[in-house]
Amino acid sequence: MQIKPVEAVWLAEDNEFSFPELVELSGLSEAELHELVDYGAITPVDPDSPQWVFKGRCLITVRAAYRLRASFDLDPHGIALVISLLDRIHGLEEELGSLRAQLPRHTART
Amino acid sequence: MKYKDYYGILGLKRDASADVIKKTYRKLAHKYHPDVSKDPAGEEKFKEVAEAYETLKDPEKRAAYDQLGSFQPGQDFQPPPDWGRQFGDAESSFEGIDLESLFAGLSGGRHRAGHGSGPIRMPGQDYEVTAHISLEAAFRGTEIELNLTVPEYDEKGSLRRVPRTFKVRIPKGAADGQRLRLAGRGGKGINGGRDGDLYLNIALHPHPLFRVSGHDLYLDLPLTPSEAVLGASVEVPTLGGPVQLKVPPNTRAGQHLRLTRRGLPKSHDKEGDLFAIAQIVVPTAASERERELFKQLADVSTFNPRGHFQQEVTSAN
Repeated sequence: MQIKPVEAVWLAEDNEFSFPELVELSGLSEAELHELVDYGAITPVDPDSPQWVFKGRCLITVRAAYRLRASFDLDPHGIALVISLLDRIHGLEEELGSLRAQLPRHTART
Repeated sequence: MKYKDYYGILGLKRDASADVIKKTYRKLAHKYHPDVSKDPAGEEKFKEVAEAYETLKDPEKRAAYDQLGSFQPGQDFQPPPDWGRQFGDAESSFEGIDLESLFAGLSGGRHRAGHGSGPIRMPGQDYEVTAHISLEAAFRGTEIELNLTVPEYDEKGSLRRVPRTFKVRIPKGAADGQRLRLAGRGGKGINGGRDGDLYLNIALHPHPLFRVSGHDLYLDLPLTPSEAVLGASVEVPTLGGPVQLKVPPNTRAGQHLRLTRRGLPKSHDKEGDLFAIAQIVVPTAASERERELFKQLADVSTFNPRGHFQQEVTSAN
């Protein structure tokens, strides 16, 4: 059987999701998502706009939030705290990876 | 059907209390949950732990599991004759079904199509998969084939694991850790619910020459002492093919020579850069003539690379 290749879309800065889309795709409720915004775990492009729009990478965050809620029985405040710590860890890992990439290989190995 | 020892997976005795089961699960989830664990095998282990907990945390499912009997992990077995009538749907066959699907089907029939008080729309499951690709594939874009075994409801409403193959076109512009979404390629929705999505997590294989940071690449550029002092035009590899790089005179070790837009392409932007890091390399065995010339150089050179040692010591005193 011939399998048709499917196109994939990067979850990055160049695509956006509306609030209802994020609710549908994350598996979280509207109230939970509102709380995540209130606690600063995700930020709309324009928080003052009556219709919130989020960058593509927010979907990665809210899906992690859904998994954490399901696996650890966390409330939105706990989820927001874990997410902010995970974000810091990922940021530090990226920085570390970037510094390692700049080290000459023989130095990086020692 | 293959037996799975849910108590063994959690490291518990069969008479463990609900509280102990919960605490043990939480401890293991902290250790293996893919969002918080660094263990490369964590994801697989967490799946096993979560599957075991999903059944053992629910008193009804746990009783049904206990009634199956006790076997060796991986051993083929069949539920006892009356088991289906007591716990599940007596009409269902256990043929081709695995233990996880069997217990997922015991959720009071709420997942089952056409059962219960009315059809409930349920979205399909999302799948999350890591795709390991080479740096060259990320540079050009690539097509990969994914073979997954995914849970799907059959026409009777029973959950079965079925093999599915996807061919996915990964557009150029992949960086390590980036995510792709394939809308509607996850599990089928139930009773008109939307189909789930497939999420791909891109992981780049390490490359023997290039090190990756976001969309920028780093390459060690070995230079001879004379090339570093006099400058040179040297051929360097890039993902798009070799290019000539002009090394300026008096290049120091560790200096970054930037090759603009020779890094990884970005999806909607310019490419990243390639940085060649100068390394001054000496021959392991210099010839007699080379040694002679280095000696002459040493005699005429007034260059003192350790001059600042003395200055620092003097100013510190």
